[in-house]
Amino acid sequence: MLEIRNLSIDFGKGSARVQAVKGINLTIATGETLALVGESGSGKSVTGLALTRLLPEPPAVYSGGEILFDGQDVLKMGAADLRRLRGGKIAYVFQEPSTSLNPVFTIRNQIAEALELHRPEVEDIDAEVVRCLDMVGIVDPAKRLHDYPHQLSGGMQQRVMIAMALACRPQLLVADEPTTALDVTVQAQILDQLRLLKGQVRMGMLLITHNFGIIGGIADRVAVMFRGNIVEEGPTQSVLRDPQHPYTKALIECIPKLGQRRRRLTTIDHSILG
Amino acid sequence: MKMLDQIWVQNLCVVAGYSLLGTVLWYGTRSDRWRAAWKRLKADVPGMGALFVIFAYLLVGTLESLTISAESGNLTLLQKLASGVPQEKSYSAPLAKTTLSVAEPKPLKAVHLLGTDALGRDTLVQTLRATRSALWIGGLTSLIYIPLGVLLGMMAGYFRGWVDDVVQFIYSTVAAVPEILMLVAILMVLGKGLGTMAIALGITGWVGMARLIRGETLRQVERPYVAAAKAMGQSHWKILSSHLLPNVMHLVLIKFVLGFSGLVLAEAILSYLGVGVPVGTPSWGAMIDASRSELSREPLVWWNLTASSVALFILVLALNFFGDALRRAFDPKRGE
Amino acid sequence: MFAYLVRRLLFFVPIIFGVMLLTFVLFFVVQSPNATARRVLGQRATPKAIENWLHNRGYDKPLLINQTPGEPWHDSLFLNQMQRLATFDLGASDVTGRPLAEIFREGALPSLLLTVPAFFASLVMSIGLSLYLVFIRNKAVDLAASLLCVMLMSVPVMVYVIFGQFVVAQVLNYFPAFGFQLKGISTVKFLVLPVCLMVVSGLGSEVRLFRALFLEEMGQDYIRTARAKGASTAVVLLRHVLKNGMINLITLLVASLPFLIMGSLLLENFFGIPGLGNVLFSAIQAPDFAVVQASVFLGSLLYLGGLLLTDICYAWADPRIRLQ
Repeated sequence: MLEIRNLSIDFGKGSARVQAVKGINLTIATGETLALVGESGSGKSVTGLALTRLLPEPPAVYSGGEILFDGQDVLKMGAADLRRLRGGKIAYVFQEPSTSLNPVFTIRNQIAEALELHRPEVEDIDAEVVRCLDMVGIVDPAKRLHDYPHQLSGGMQQRVMIAMALACRPQLLVADEPTTALDVTVQAQILDQLRLLKGQVRMGMLLITHNFGIIGGIADRVAVMFRGNIVEEGPTQSVLRDPQHPYTKALIECIPKLGQRRRRLTTIDHSILG
Repeated sequence: MKMLDQIWVQNLCVVAGYSLLGTVLWYGTRSDRWRAAWKRLKADVPGMGALFVIFAYLLVGTLESLTISAESGNLTLLQKLASGVPQEKSYSAPLAKTTLSVAEPKPLKAVHLLGTDALGRDTLVQTLRATRSALWIGGLTSLIYIPLGVLLGMMAGYFRGWVDDVVQFIYSTVAAVPEILMLVAILMVLGKGLGTMAIALGITGWVGMARLIRGETLRQVERPYVAAAKAMGQSHWKILSSHLLPNVMHLVLIKFVLGFSGLVLAEAILSYLGVGVPVGTPSWGAMIDASRSELSREPLVWWNLTASSVALFILVLALNFFGDALRRAFDPKRGE
Repeated sequence: MFAYLVRRLLFFVPIIFGVMLLTFVLFFVVQSPNATARRVLGQRATPKAIENWLHNRGYDKPLLINQTPGEPWHDSLFLNQMQRLATFDLGASDVTGRPLAEIFREGALPSLLLTVPAFFASLVMSIGLSLYLVFIRNKAVDLAASLLCVMLMSVPVMVYVIFGQFVVAQVLNYFPAFGFQLKGISTVKFLVLPVCLMVVSGLGSEVRLFRALFLEEMGQDYIRTARAKGASTAVVLLRHVLKNGMINLITLLVASLPFLIMGSLLLENFFGIPGLGNVLFSAIQAPDFAVVQASVFLGSLLYLGGLLLTDICYAWADPRIRLQ
């Protein structure tokens, strides 16, 4: 379904030019979940946004490679095709739900906007919005329709974001650090929700995170990104059990485990990794 | 206010003004942030161009501000330099050979690049002389509103509580009176003059500065370095002067430059309204006011209006450009 | 929301008192009533004439508290002034003796006819232009536009006026250069040029300000969400950026009120429009201190009224305040 070939992305121009993504290759099959793991600045979020050319250009420059979605190169698409792709085929859930939702529109209107753009055939918009909210585990969704984002808790806001992404039945959901900004207990709930949805809806997912601890049970495969390169890729269980690259090992070491006493978290020595 | 009419006071003011500016800049060279900004500013072509233009105006204004005694009365350096330019009988067009009169044109004593005004004075010289009013208003007013605004703004942001309430009450009250009405009222009561104008503009002008500095101080107080200074038992005064002030000083500089352009415009508008400079003091606003009726003359007298507005426009433009360049230099992320 | 507005309203009470105190100090303490009389009546006025003038206006009362036996303690200049302003009794002109309320009422309509269209026209134009600049995102156009804005900002208002009056009215003969008639639709032709000049003179700074505001809005996370939904740039701008930007813009609008006052002060005199600006302009020349004092008081009431209006709009536009 999605195939990234040799993708390179630069930022800035002239002497200030920085290469954020350095010729990476990735594939996601229909219905498959891929976790893209790396620390901040590794280029994982940039990759996620690049899938529908959401990076602001300038400063971003797509300097090479292609992003094939159902055989079509996203980087060569016109504006209208890109808009059909965004939200319609590839939908996003971002890190910070409190700022990612527009504060001056009701949640009904924000979800309805997506429906109007990609599913104009829906007649009873309110009913469809209620259905979406129900799907992501919001209790009594009909009462929530006319709430504004600030009236909801962080976890609820993220559920609304997910509902909005699912409203147009995308083929691929890009979840960019979906739980990082949330409290630990809420994190678990949102992850459970994503796991549940994966079973219900036939949809691929790109789960972008810095935390190896959350991908078990969701991701089928995992790719580890470091400084713009993919340094390791494989089935989740085998990577977790037997990481090959020292960076992957270090990241897995960082996962706090129950019943284990640890004085100090592993630090990553970049000089060794080169 | 009569003090300002004394020659030695004026000359001293010029020296004092330059020393003050020099001191601030010298303090600036000791700060890493200012040095980095200066490095960026040097690479900023429009900014440096504007700075150059500002220096040219400063030079002209300084020449007009320094007075020397001569046997024919007191002359400014600029007047002394221009003493070779003769006074004609009446209007003459730029580069004309005779005065502007359909009935009986009289021959001119010299060629005037920008023509002459109603009294036959050279327009170029008058325009250059008017620089002084603009710079004095900008300088004197800055001397009033910057210390007032910075001090009150920092105190409000640092002490909060009732100090903040009082400061906010005062500036809300002053801000509640529309600026132009306040200026007109103060100037009508105090009378015309550079000093009174500076006082009036200072009273209305400190509000913006105090708001800006209060906001920034509130932000800075949250930073750990202030808590650290407090924990070390430093006095409030010491924290304000040696920790907070250097961290807001660059904002003061940017506001000073951009505010200066507003003050130059304000001087012109107030002089135009007739509450600005005293009659006889060269000022762009007064020149523009005088040239209103000239546009309905036949033949048309356009050079006085053009010369004064262009001179005013270029200075204000240069100050705006330089202010923007400073902002870019101090905050490279936000500026484009 | 109601509590929010009441709180704002209560905040105004001490400020109005502060303004009253300020004008009193300026017009009765800094310049004594005696000096005022001298300046109004001229240097050659007889002591008797000055005494009469002061007595007729009640300016011969003690300044703060009346300690004269037999007279009530509150019969003082300060307390009388406070009482008068609090009851909107503005007094009479220093020069003509006409009641100020009448003078201001006459001037209000022409001034409103000038400033209200100018306010809305400049608002629409500035928002439109700045949104357009954000929309096209073209480096060369952006640069040219910001250059033009700074240039527009650097020209004093009266140069616009002189230029406009000269070129458009006198040379091209499009609109009357001078004069004003309150006669139905024909009034419009007298107002076109002043309104246009007022709009142009404020355009530079407004477009610059609004553009910065909208650009900041463009960088927000929810704009990325909207784009990720597949919304087009136009929809993003007109729906998401504009509505959020409006909230910040509303607070800036009240700042344009003093600008309108200055505009009408300079323009009305130029075009011979008998509005409040012209009243003030003549009062400056006269000099008529009563008119200026009343203008300061009314001007600040106007400003505070504008502030309250923006607070209401603000609360209405932002659900985070409305649903408090």
